[in-house]
Amino acid sequence: MQAEQLRVLVTKIGFDGHDRGSRVVAAYLRDAGMEVIYTPPWQQVGAVVSLAIQEDVDVIGISSLATDHLIIPDLMEALRAADLGHVGVVVGGIVPEIECQALRDAGVALIFGPGASREDIVSQVAKLGTDGRKTKLTSGEFAV
Amino acid sequence: MTLAKLKSPHGEEKQLTLPGFEAAEADWRKDYAAQIGQNRKITNRSGIEIAPIYTPKDWSSDQHMADLGFPGQSPYTRGIYPTMHRGRTWTQRQLIGLGTPADYNERVRKILDLGASAISLLPCNSGFRGIDCDEAPLSLLGTCGTVVNTVDHMDQALDHVPLGEISTAMNDPSPFTLFAFLLGVAKRRGVPWTKITGTSNQSDYISHYVANHMFYRLSQPGSRRILVDHVAFCREHVPNWNPVSVVGQHMQQAGATPAETMGFALSTAIQYAEDCMAKGMEPDAILPRFTFFFDISISFFEEIAKFRAGRRIWARIAKDRLGAKDPRSWRFKFHGQTSGVDLTAQQPLNNIARVAVQATAGIFSGLQSMHTDAYDEAITCPTEETARIAVATQNILREEAHLCDVIDPLGGSYYIETLTNQMEEDILKVMDQIETAGGMYAAVGSGLVQTMIGQSALAAQEKIETGVEKVVGVNCYREDDDGVSQPLPYRPDADAMQAHVEAFKTFKKERSQQDVEKAIDDLRRASNNEDLNVFEKVVDAASAGVTHGEIIGTLREELGFGHPLVVA
Repeated sequence: MQAEQLRVLVTKIGFDGHDRGSRVVAAYLRDAGMEVIYTPPWQQVGAVVSLAIQEDVDVIGISSLATDHLIIPDLMEALRAADLGHVGVVVGGIVPEIECQALRDAGVALIFGPGASREDIVSQVAKLGTDGRKTKLTSGEFAV
Repeated sequence: MTLAKLKSPHGEEKQLTLPGFEAAEADWRKDYAAQIGQNRKITNRSGIEIAPIYTPKDWSSDQHMADLGFPGQSPYTRGIYPTMHRGRTWTQRQLIGLGTPADYNERVRKILDLGASAISLLPCNSGFRGIDCDEAPLSLLGTCGTVVNTVDHMDQALDHVPLGEISTAMNDPSPFTLFAFLLGVAKRRGVPWTKITGTSNQSDYISHYVANHMFYRLSQPGSRRILVDHVAFCREHVPNWNPVSVVGQHMQQAGATPAETMGFALSTAIQYAEDCMAKGMEPDAILPRFTFFFDISISFFEEIAKFRAGRRIWARIAKDRLGAKDPRSWRFKFHGQTSGVDLTAQQPLNNIARVAVQATAGIFSGLQSMHTDAYDEAITCPTEETARIAVATQNILREEAHLCDVIDPLGGSYYIETLTNQMEEDILKVMDQIETAGGMYAAVGSGLVQTMIGQSALAAQEKIETGVEKVVGVNCYREDDDGVSQPLPYRPDADAMQAHVEAFKTFKKERSQQDVEKAIDDLRRASNNEDLNVFEKVVDAASAGVTHGEIIGTLREELGFGHPLVVA
């Protein structure tokens, strides 16, 4: 199996539109050799799931700066319902400590707060994507 | 006597008559070079190289009248009023927005009891998307702003608030539904609209298209049309209201350098003024009600120079380019908000120190109104306690540190004057770029501004990643456990919010459907007839019981929605 480029969807759900962070992170992931699919803000949960399927992504990065992380559990459920459990979900931005656990319980793999370094973001997203792809390839219909 | 040659930034050479200057300077240069070791190059955020010292060779008081003059006089570098903060200190305008209208009312009355004369209202983010509370996920309602969808909601939010006596600023993008609700409440309470004072914050639709997309909710051509109608309506009916707030803050928050930000904001202001003038409004009838809103970063001297240069440029634009004759039109009135981008989630109490430095820069810049961020800015919406400290910071700077005793206290500093001139030059370069692109409206349509902002954001982050720019607690002086527990985030009471949504649904059922239909028809008709004022119909619709989401939905159908142009 040839190592293919990791595919990452960088998006925002809910109501907020602050996108400095998501744009900078998208540029970092792209510079690190990943294929980044970038959307305008305010995506609905269903739209993110459709995009993830259409674009066959390995990782979904959600940027949240104004409490939109509160609907991420809905997204996780929708992803599972669409058999996208192998897709790693990363949240970046402002998530109060007290609400991080709920996101992890819902299946969010990584949470990056303000001040996270490029190195950490790039290396951990790469690992998450690679691991997710292995899971996908060894589970059922995708197995070779 | 030695005569040193001085070349001012304006190009003319002058003789410097300071006995001993040249010899002393040469000695200092020698000592400095011997002791400094590696002389690293320092540049500010706008890319201007900063020298280790500034002297009369860089700026001399011979230039006083050309560069400074006096406060309240051309070229307005030192301030827009003769008395500045000696006469009246800045307005303390803290942003408030949370929960249901009743929650907001409780918080705002506390602030009024403490003596505030100005309030603000931030609506729920669902409102920025142009929808009503019955269309939004309950878990998101009221977490970042108050859920206000009708005149009734506004009435509850402002219960016992004396409308004719306080100034109200609202985050209220086009089509200005909150303002329409406010006017509806005033009518209900018999308060004449001429007594209503305050500002339509977030009227700068270009900044939403470019940078802070949160506030974007109508197409650019639609917003452009409505802003002009809004200005015309206010001029006629609510003359003490500021219908235009040009927002440089979004651009700087999104990554623009301070010089770029000022250039973009001034170019935007020109666009809005010329749009109004094209509709037959006289510059002196509109410019006295133009206001500006900026970020104050922690790049202390650079921020002060940015504001002093901006004030000078705007006075010139208003007079020479726009043809305003009334000095009130030349005044660069601005609100400053200490920048949240500089605040850290790590060691959050450190942010109190950062905010104090930012606020000091704002005060030395001669601002008219200020919001200081709470130290939990990088964690959550402010709690009551953290907001209290933010206000106290302003009080300490004013009362204890006496920062208001002298007008433009840094005026005449070789460094500040040189930097002000350099920033002015850079700002004008940005404005030239915009002008060449066909003005601000065209420049954002082509993505030029977005690209510039994106590149500056990456460059700034690169400096932090490589440690060129230090951030305490983030890339230096880190502590794994700073011993401070995070303040708990504000989350509204779910039952109260549910009840608010149910009451809204009932209201929609019980209102006069005939009035609502007629008002929506009128709104449609005005949208399609340039001779009618769309905003006037928004005001009428609000009073007829049409909701926020219905007004915006109608206008989206008629004037378009689209998407902001995001350049990633």
